[in-house]
Amino acid sequence: MAEGAGPGGALAPLVSLGRELRSRGLPVGTGRILTFCRAVAALGLTDRDSLYWAGATTLVASHADLERFDGAFDEWYRGLRESGELRIELSLPGEPAERDWGAQPEDLEVHAGMTAALWSAAREGDEEADEGDEASLRLVASGVEVLRQKAFGQLTPEERLTVERAIRNLRIRVPVERTRRRRPARSGDAFDLRRTLRRSLRTQGEPFDRAWRARRTRTRPLVLILDVSGSMAPYSRALMQFGYAAMAAGRRVEVFCFGTRLTRVTRTLKTKDPDRALHLIGAQVADWEGGTRIGESLKTLVDGWSQRAALRGAVVVLCSDGLERGDPELLRQQMARLHRLAHRVVWANPLKGSPRYEPLARGMAAALPSVDEFVSGHDLESLEELSRVLAG
Amino acid sequence: MSDGPLTSVDALQEALGAHAYLADRGLTTAIYLALSLGKPLLLEGEAGVGKTEVAKVLSEMLGRRLIRLQCYEGIDASQALYEWNYSRQLIAVRAMDAAVAETHVEDLFGPEFLVERPLLAAIRAGSQAVLLVDELDRADDEFEAFLLEILSEFAVTIPEIGRVAAADPPAVIVTSNRTRELHDALKRRCLYHWIDHPALDREIAIVRTRAPHVSEALAGEVAGAVARLRELDLAKLPGVAETIDWANALAFLGAEHLDPELASDTLGSVVKDHEDLELVTSRLAEVVGERADG
Repeated sequence: MAEGAGPGGALAPLVSLGRELRSRGLPVGTGRILTFCRAVAALGLTDRDSLYWAGATTLVASHADLERFDGAFDEWYRGLRESGELRIELSLPGEPAERDWGAQPEDLEVHAGMTAALWSAAREGDEEADEGDEASLRLVASGVEVLRQKAFGQLTPEERLTVERAIRNLRIRVPVERTRRRRPARSGDAFDLRRTLRRSLRTQGEPFDRAWRARRTRTRPLVLILDVSGSMAPYSRALMQFGYAAMAAGRRVEVFCFGTRLTRVTRTLKTKDPDRALHLIGAQVADWEGGTRIGESLKTLVDGWSQRAALRGAVVVLCSDGLERGDPELLRQQMARLHRLAHRVVWANPLKGSPRYEPLARGMAAALPSVDEFVSGHDLESLEELSRVLAG
Repeated sequence: MSDGPLTSVDALQEALGAHAYLADRGLTTAIYLALSLGKPLLLEGEAGVGKTEVAKVLSEMLGRRLIRLQCYEGIDASQALYEWNYSRQLIAVRAMDAAVAETHVEDLFGPEFLVERPLLAAIRAGSQAVLLVDELDRADDEFEAFLLEILSEFAVTIPEIGRVAAADPPAVIVTSNRTRELHDALKRRCLYHWIDHPALDREIAIVRTRAPHVSEALAGEVAGAVARLRELDLAKLPGVAETIDWANALAFLGAEHLDPELASDTLGSVVKDHEDLELVTSRLAEVVGERADG
């Protein structure tokens, strides 16, 4: 229905690049496409280079998307040449009539609405940090009690569903950090001249009543790094639920999976339905059943993300059995780097659940000096323990 | 907005070159579009590839005033837009007669008590300014939302004074080092360009323009060595700024050619991370290049 060429028939070839990009999952709204058309008009040229750069500056908003843009552009440009539509009408009005563009403005609005929601969600997360110290965990069903000490690896499918639901109901509390931003407060460490002045007007300019500003606090980001190779998969799944719960609570959460290779799954996990999200992640992460290269994966993580707010000052939970196939020295180095960046590093190792376990595996031994908390995380009870550790 | 160099992409490229900024086709197109469509330009890229420089050169080239807003964690409206000069107001209140104080409150909020911050300055200067919002990723997302509001309106209402609006918006360059992902809403408002490390010959040309006293041979060797450094597995890749620094340092020491010994003495100007330094030192000969031509 939205296919109508509309009044911008001459623009159809340009608009089709936007469609091509959207079909490849790039978030290209009508606004962007409009800007692209105006950019082409402003350039007044339709050679490949000009079109490419006009598109790259207006339709792409992230370095990560450039590669997909390149692919889409090639395809689109080839199509353009074959169909002979290269002659693009250049007499565009400076400000094209935006309302005439078919069904699309609505999805632009949806986009804007989503952003607003995201913003307010982020803000809510901040405020929750100020809540009092209630009991940090709650379990729903009593049937779960029996399952609390059963290792995730030994659960039947039905039991697993019950347990996962219980995990999602865990209350996850992450410690707070103080930000540089100040706000008015009853008492604080900085003088609030503005409010003091206002108040002084009541007393003929005599600043009797002084006002203060204090640093704000916000919850630290939580970063989950999950080993999804072979035997670790059931435990990582459980922790993924844990991450899902944290995310649903409006926390800043990043989730990465690794086996031989690191994959960021945060975006996928934002899907409303957790089971679907896990299913999607399964498709996205190639090596649910592969070897483990913890050191290398961590290196990718720290190299690519150390500059990101996500890692700095974060609480990092790494779930792995520590059976490193790569070089333990590399793992030692990368754990040290991670430890320097993060606020706390927690290692959850399901093998620790066995009373006879000692961290002798070379990888584990290399990592331990850089680990603040070493927990087991093999059953529901231990995840409750984990969420206690996180808050502490 | 077609003053002189802005008639075509090629003319702009030339004009930028005349101000010692060698931009490639992509960046030039992005700048050209930002100026002619009147949209903010969001520049991302590794540290030291010349993002901030774009704004400086633009202001020079267009003969406009450069207004810089350096972002940092905790920045808020009073530091970016405007603030009242409270201490001065306080003194004024004290100096007033108690009886008239109540009736003269509005006098306290006159223009002489207003402290202008970069964003307000940019709104007032309008098209006479280039506004540089530097390292926006360092500010928090609340500030980003606030900036979005300013960028879309280029107007602000100060309750005590009234509405201040720009007749023509200033040229706006926003830079980010990607320490966090910027919000989509803001990105949608801007044109976007990712500045890459330049190709070898361009980098040599940049060194030659920015540090004219460096010999061509040395410039070539330094740029080559930096290109090889970028292929190593370093945590912090050296940017163009580092290449220029390095060439400057070597020229200052009177070097004609780059050799491993000189390189190791001056490595601090390109490699700025302890682990990286170890790695580079162990492979220095390879980085510097074996061929001792001259």
